[in-house]
Amino acid sequence: MRTPDLITSAIANTFRSKTRTILTILAIFVGAFTLTITNGLGTGINRYIDDTVGAIGASDVLTVTKPAADAATASDGPAEYDPDSIEGAQQGPPGTSATLTALTPDDLTALGEIDGVLRVQATKSISVDYIQHSDGTRYVIGMGSFIPGQSIQLSEGTEPDQDSSELQVVIPESFVEPLGLDSARDAIGQTVTIAVSDAERTQHLVDATVTGVSEETLTGGTNAVPNEALTDALFDAQNVGVPEDQQDRFAQASVWFDTNSSDQQITDLKDRISDAGYTSTTVADQLGTFKAVIDAIVLVLNAFAVIALLAASFGIVNTLLMSVQERTREIGLMKAMGMGSGKVFGLFSLEAIFIGFLGSAIGVGIGMLVGGAVSSALAGGLFADLAGLTLIAFDPLSVAVIILAIMGIAFLAGTLPALRAAKADPVESLRYE
Amino acid sequence: MSSPILSVRDVHKSYGTGQGRFDALKGVSLDIAEGESLAIVGKSGSGKSTLMHVLALLDQPTSGTIELQGADTKKLRGRRLNETRNKTFGFVFQQFFLTANASVLENVILPLKIAGVGRGERKRRGLAALEQLELADKAKNKAVNLSGGQKQRSVIARALVNNPRVIFADEPTGNLDSATGAVVEDILFDLNREQGITLIVVTHDEDLAARCDRRIYIRDGLIVDESRGAAA
Repeated sequence: MRTPDLITSAIANTFRSKTRTILTILAIFVGAFTLTITNGLGTGINRYIDDTVGAIGASDVLTVTKPAADAATASDGPAEYDPDSIEGAQQGPPGTSATLTALTPDDLTALGEIDGVLRVQATKSISVDYIQHSDGTRYVIGMGSFIPGQSIQLSEGTEPDQDSSELQVVIPESFVEPLGLDSARDAIGQTVTIAVSDAERTQHLVDATVTGVSEETLTGGTNAVPNEALTDALFDAQNVGVPEDQQDRFAQASVWFDTNSSDQQITDLKDRISDAGYTSTTVADQLGTFKAVIDAIVLVLNAFAVIALLAASFGIVNTLLMSVQERTREIGLMKAMGMGSGKVFGLFSLEAIFIGFLGSAIGVGIGMLVGGAVSSALAGGLFADLAGLTLIAFDPLSVAVIILAIMGIAFLAGTLPALRAAKADPVESLRYE
Repeated sequence: MSSPILSVRDVHKSYGTGQGRFDALKGVSLDIAEGESLAIVGKSGSGKSTLMHVLALLDQPTSGTIELQGADTKKLRGRRLNETRNKTFGFVFQQFFLTANASVLENVILPLKIAGVGRGERKRRGLAALEQLELADKAKNKAVNLSGGQKQRSVIARALVNNPRVIFADEPTGNLDSATGAVVEDILFDLNREQGITLIVVTHDEDLAARCDRRIYIRDGLIVDESRGAAA
């Protein structure tokens, strides 16, 4: 028997006992549907995180801090006072902060000399008093940092120009209306006033042009983002009155490495930085925990779906065993007519695979429809604040993997009945009543 | 008489071992000439069905040899054995063994499908076989909707479709009334006479056996009698 004939015969046989086949397909459908939804959940959330990675930092940058020498040995007794010690931000998950030692220009030079480091730039942390537009209400705002390679999810306008000497800023969408700007579009090109206090409690006002409006995201978007010129202007204003030797103290620095570095090279670089007495994290490190938690949840959900599929596979075994039983004489006849055992095995295996295909294709199809409907409903309701989040997303590869995996399970389930059919003795089968 | 197409020498066939051992054939020797019609006659349990299965290469004898056109069939294994059965033999069974919900044509072309004949060729030859048995108008009907006689004619069409050298008919009229049975018998003997297909009929019906060129009588696994000459 030729392969195409084998396939068409197997498909035709599938529909010979419709009720039984449909019930088996329904069982597989439940598993496939669940697997599609849980997988889509993982894909959707991880894709959203990937999209917002650019907003957290560039991928070829390490954030370097210097831990206080005795931070780790706090329990050894009273800690000695360290005048360089500052409270660090953004160290580990939110809510935790480690006491850090400020980086000095000497530290920056030392970092620059480490093998594999292309460039070092100190992150100038700025504490802004308020932001104001044309004598309107004054609002408290955080000032983020922007480094080349990083991207901001903009709803309007462009990212601040790093090379421009003009003072530029991107403001969050939520500040547009309070500041008295009619819409995000109208905000572009407007001038805002930013106030900082120096060491002597004198307030300095700096004017900047709005070049863009940023979207609110899971990982940020509530801070204003200045360009380098504005950062320098604000930093200088903030440092007025600070003694000469106390200036240029930074909580953290950005270190650039080769974009094409392998994971191993990055690890080696981090080891070298660590040997020099600094702590470094990549964006991937910061996101790693986050993604690991989501992956673990999705894995557990997937496990439930796989249990459903296992139950369904026993349904396949049962269906095909009954089918083999019913068709004993037909199998005997085909064998008498010269059909080989291998082809008989193939016939029943293909039937199992086809049942698996139908169940998974219908399950995945309906799963995608339902998932799409649910996530668009949620995007308009519960998650309206998280622009750009599609809770349940599908990528063609994982959908194909689900279908193929279920067909594989169906094949395995079909081997037992198919082997029984293949082994049948034609004489015995023809005698069977 | 031409050279034998099937030659059986001292064939034994037993099932089981020890106490439960049952000898179905106890040394059967037989030559079947190309183009003859042979009846294997015996009561149920006599070993006649076993002899047919062994002759049709569906079962291996415990001892003894079966030569098909002078070649020992013991050497036929796997694919070549299947191919030989497919191309040389046609089967007509008492219980029809038609797939109920498939069309008559689908049922008839099953041996061609197994042989790997192309779709167009299958349909052409299937329709030709149905034409020959005056069933062409039923080609698209489901097998389950046919009368007994039509079913047995479909089965004969299926046995014929591959142009076999030998047709094995196991109680071909057992499930038919005498009038329809007679028609089916006529068809089988016409094929034997006009196309020279060797016909081997397994039956306990003396009237059917009498129409064959030769009859062998089997009892308790042995040939006990043999007679020649067709009645009609």
